[in-house]
Amino acid sequence: MPKIIVEVMPKADLLDPQGKAVANALHRSGNKDISAVRIGKRIELHFDREVTDADLAAARKIGEDFLSNAVIEDVVNVVVEN
Amino acid sequence: MKIGVVTFPGTLDDRDAARAVRLAGGEAVSLWHADSNLQKVDAVILPGGFSYGDYLRCGAIAAQAPVMKEIIKKANQGLPVLGICNGFQVLVESHLLPGGLIRNEHQHFICRDQKLRVENVDTAWTNQFALNQEITIPLKNGEGGYIATKDELARLEGEGLITFRYVDVNPNGSMNDIAGLRNERGNVVGLMPHPEHAVEPGFGPDTDAAMRSGVDGLLFFKSVLNALVNA
Repeated sequence: MPKIIVEVMPKADLLDPQGKAVANALHRSGNKDISAVRIGKRIELHFDREVTDADLAAARKIGEDFLSNAVIEDVVNVVVEN
Repeated sequence: MKIGVVTFPGTLDDRDAARAVRLAGGEAVSLWHADSNLQKVDAVILPGGFSYGDYLRCGAIAAQAPVMKEIIKKANQGLPVLGICNGFQVLVESHLLPGGLIRNEHQHFICRDQKLRVENVDTAWTNQFALNQEITIPLKNGEGGYIATKDELARLEGEGLITFRYVDVNPNGSMNDIAGLRNERGNVVGLMPHPEHAVEPGFGPDTDAAMRSGVDGLLFFKSVLNALVNA
């Protein structure tokens, strides 16, 4: 079934506690070359029919208005996946 | 005077908030998240808790609830609304107050009796305080770090909308020690600490006078009753 993927990331200048904790764990397990980890969200919007351009535009708006908070997050990608 | 107290799935402090309203001399009315009927209440409290399990972002899903559609409409017309803790997060997610609340800087849940300074007494919820009065009420949150853009922060400071500031210690990394805010009109106030847990001797924070005798929170609820009587 077609779906629209919305990806949301914490803003680059904000502390990402999850990412920091994962980075620390990776360093402990020997992955010294990974300099940082950031964790965001992948949200799938599923459809039981073809996805139209209007759906994509609506998904972008949903992404900006509801799935992310512009003060703390950025929508980094909105894409159709069949 | 009827003060509505909203219950969302995951709300914890609705009963305490209703009790605080009664102790201040008001009538508490339970409002349900799925019901858009505000039952002619004169003011609304959005209490603390973990609405919708904090899914997506704290307060984000509650901000879309049917009851909030009505509350946002009426708040923009002047209905007094107080958001406590998760309720503050709901107000921010509803765009009734600016900015955002993120995980505490030290990444731990915090629970302590917190000293605040009341920096604005021209609101429906703070008019019974003295300007710059220091009060102590409980604070308990995991995501209480207040943030806003540089421009927004400058506007809040410039217009005197910062209503409560943490004193002695900044418990969660909030910008400019912000504990709570008001809107331009002064009818909407949000804060992270919990006034409803400091309204009755025996159950409040410790004071110099006696253990658990702190009732600084009571004036929030007396303030709104005063504002409504004089409206």
